[in-house]
Amino acid sequence: MTVKLVYFAWVRERIGRQEEDLDLPASVVTVRDLLTHLTTLGEEYENALQFPDVIRVAINQEHAEHDEPIAGAREIGIFPPMTGG
Amino acid sequence: MTAPTIRVQSTDFDLQAEISALTAGRKNVGAVVTFTGLCRDEQGALSALELEHYPGMAEAEMFRIGELAIDRFSLLGLTAIHRFGKIMPGENIVLVIAAAPHRQAAFDGANFVMDFLKTSAPFWKKEHAADGSQGDWIAAKDADDTARDKWR
Repeated sequence: MTVKLVYFAWVRERIGRQEEDLDLPASVVTVRDLLTHLTTLGEEYENALQFPDVIRVAINQEHAEHDEPIAGAREIGIFPPMTGG
Repeated sequence: MTAPTIRVQSTDFDLQAEISALTAGRKNVGAVVTFTGLCRDEQGALSALELEHYPGMAEAEMFRIGELAIDRFSLLGLTAIHRFGKIMPGENIVLVIAAAPHRQAAFDGANFVMDFLKTSAPFWKKEHAADGSQGDWIAAKDADDTARDKWR
């Protein structure tokens, strides 16, 4: 499955890119699987996602829990806790 | 049910114009509460804030929060505007306006929207230090989660 990943704030800075299309292996089922998979792609991903519990994820622009399946996702946003307002 | 007015923009907003737009032609509004969030200079340590957002999701999430507030507090109108980009100390960042027949619903509605906006709308603040050094991303506060959770 190919999915568009978009990164924000310090996740974007640490990974070093704003977005990318990624082909995911079938073993990546949940949001948590995706975060684990990404950390295997290189030091910059490991650095950005070394504390996965603080990382927030949105599937098709809606907040998603880490145990949610990513099936059907066109766009997955990965970012730190929000600090707007 | 009325739909919230949501905008995400780099430019400033005009508080009075937004209140007028929300109440124009209405005779059932008895209370309007507004909240404006501004950029502080942190006792001179900060020269600017850089506001990053997730385009599309920011608007969608603010709309979802606005709908929840209208439904929960029976608001007659709700406007939420959030700026992005570089914002200097003293400038506006965010505006929430809640209109209701009575004051309690308007106060609660505006408060609710701000509590959820801070914790679920995809915006991030980066500090620019007054000494020219590259600042840090502002860390999320537990107090903001606590403020949100009191509405559950």
